[in-house]
Amino acid sequence: MSEFVQLLTPEGERREHPDYDYRGGPDQIRSLYRDMTLVRRFDAEATALQRHGELGLWAPLVGQEAAQVGAGRALRAQDHVFPTYREHGVAWCRGIDPLQVLSLFRGIDYGSWDPTEKGFNLYTLVIGAQALHAVGYAMGVQRDGAVGTGDPDRDTAVVAHFGDGATSQGDVNEAFVFAASYQAPVVFFCQNNQWAISEPLERQSRIPLYRRAEGFGFPGVQVDGNDILATYAVTQAALQRAREGGGPTLVEAYTYRMGAHTTTDDPTRYRLSDEVEHWKLKDPLARVEAYLRRNGFATDAFFTELAAEADALGERLRTGVRQLAEPTPHQLFDRVYAEIGDELAAQRDGYDAYLASFADAAPTDGGTLETAVAR
Amino acid sequence: MITLAKALNAGLRKAMENDPKVVLLGEDIGRLGGVFRITDGLQKDFGEDRVVDTPLAESGIVGSAVGLALRGYRPVVEIQFDGFVYPAYDQIVNQVAKMHFRTGGKVTMPMVIRIPFAGGIGAVEHHSESPEAQFAHTPGLKVVACSNPIDAYWMIQQAIASPDPIVFLEPKRLYHSDKAELDLAVPPVPLFSSRVVRRGDDLTVLAYGPTVKTALNAAAAAEKEGTSLEVVDLRTLSPLDLAPVFASVRRTGRAVVVHEAHTNLGMGAEVAARISEECFHSLEAPVLRVGGFDTPYPPARAEEHFLPDLDRLLDAVDRSLTW
Repeated sequence: MSEFVQLLTPEGERREHPDYDYRGGPDQIRSLYRDMTLVRRFDAEATALQRHGELGLWAPLVGQEAAQVGAGRALRAQDHVFPTYREHGVAWCRGIDPLQVLSLFRGIDYGSWDPTEKGFNLYTLVIGAQALHAVGYAMGVQRDGAVGTGDPDRDTAVVAHFGDGATSQGDVNEAFVFAASYQAPVVFFCQNNQWAISEPLERQSRIPLYRRAEGFGFPGVQVDGNDILATYAVTQAALQRAREGGGPTLVEAYTYRMGAHTTTDDPTRYRLSDEVEHWKLKDPLARVEAYLRRNGFATDAFFTELAAEADALGERLRTGVRQLAEPTPHQLFDRVYAEIGDELAAQRDGYDAYLASFADAAPTDGGTLETAVAR
Repeated sequence: MITLAKALNAGLRKAMENDPKVVLLGEDIGRLGGVFRITDGLQKDFGEDRVVDTPLAESGIVGSAVGLALRGYRPVVEIQFDGFVYPAYDQIVNQVAKMHFRTGGKVTMPMVIRIPFAGGIGAVEHHSESPEAQFAHTPGLKVVACSNPIDAYWMIQQAIASPDPIVFLEPKRLYHSDKAELDLAVPPVPLFSSRVVRRGDDLTVLAYGPTVKTALNAAAAAEKEGTSLEVVDLRTLSPLDLAPVFASVRRTGRAVVVHEAHTNLGMGAEVAARISEECFHSLEAPVLRVGGFDTPYPPARAEEHFLPDLDRLLDAVDRSLTW
């Protein structure tokens, strides 16, 4: 396999690659650009909302829009994604309302979308744990006979997202072993953003990450993670291989985390501004804009309208996040088990009675935990 | 007559026949039938897709079972020995246990994690441990322990049918030594319920898994000395079913809890605390515990000192009666 797949240079020039081709036309490229722009705005708003105290934490994706939107847009409806905690762009592509993602970081829930309906599992914070879930799900896909039938609406692939740091985890390596052993229809999509909080890639691996796949017995490919045409094409090929029964692929999207690991992180303590400046020149959005403008595929009006759309999204998120409903006490108790036991039901009922004992009101189902405790 | 091991095998077979979504995963469970032969013959009859020999990776086994459950399957995983469960600990307590809660109830995790547990078989280290309190302390998991072939046959099927994840503890030293007549006409006891297995008037002994047998032996010995012990098999450790326990203790006025796990912060501590809360005015003596010492499980030739046996249990009974 030819190394480092790039189909659009940082200057916005198309490149050919012997193994991968991007076949979408200007309409689709504008659409990809739109997604990246709105996702970047979503991310910027979330970072600002955290600074204003509206979110407990945020994990910025800025710089990784091409890797995520490229991978997300290559999916089919029946495919299933297992994200880590930074896949806001993939979530966007799966039709998950950004407010549902913000709800998680605000501390209201752990993800309120339906994983089955959206084909997008909950975020996973324990590093790499979800890689195994993806493989197990893919084993289920195999047992359902949804691989290699030739029916594009039936054949299913599964994606596990993780970062460079996760490749050091046992679970990711065990996932590689299981996937290879059973030839599970799974794509391991590693966004190598160069830093696992403050630990550089060199602390995780002595060889390029994609080359690890060979040791497990399946192909690995390194793609320019800041090039959306390449990430789209490479992911689509890996997904198709999985759907056809070809087994797993490791995709290493070589990219860069332009922001902090999370809003509690201070990257100036461990990396040089020169490095950040260098990666700014590889910006995933700028190169698509240059390509669209140079070739006359997008007018000024397109960019102006898109900017207005991003502003509207920002406004919707700023307003919406403050209107998210607070959790109720019953959310604590009633969701632990599918069938609640007598002991826990007694704890719930006891707490209900305790809340009801406050004279002025009985804030059980209708009230919030916060207001109840504050009384 | 059927052994506990054969009863589990028959229960698994029945569950697999009843529900094509039941998939077994574990190390050596296919052609070998498991190191204890619990899955003997199942791969031959149900195929490699239903009885999956896995790579040697406990986190991988449980983690991939999470994915299968998310896809609509009902995985039953076998952890080969109790001490090997810890590499899968994150997957069990952070992923399996919390999936229903985290998804706001949209996703269930109908998984059974079978663990051959406890000691007394002269094994090497990591093969004789009793990790039940670690799992019973984890919200989202349910933990049950069978103690005899009849329960084993029914409880494994009930656990597999449950929509919640269940840690299913099997007393390994009873696998092949304990036999009973399985009468299918007798309906099973509900899964999450304790059961009085011997009536008595002077003191209530609370046990589960392998120590039920110890307790019954102690009760038989005590009877010869004129002491009447009631024995309750807890059967379910999370949730606990304590109403029958409270009823028994209110009648006898005394209780001793016995388990093989380390005594400090073990199941006995919880049971004793709950009895104190509920039966304080009925108690003639404090609730006593007989358990493994707070040491690592010792080498096999010293395990007789570690494990609560009939004599240690009767000693506690005497202390309670003479309080």
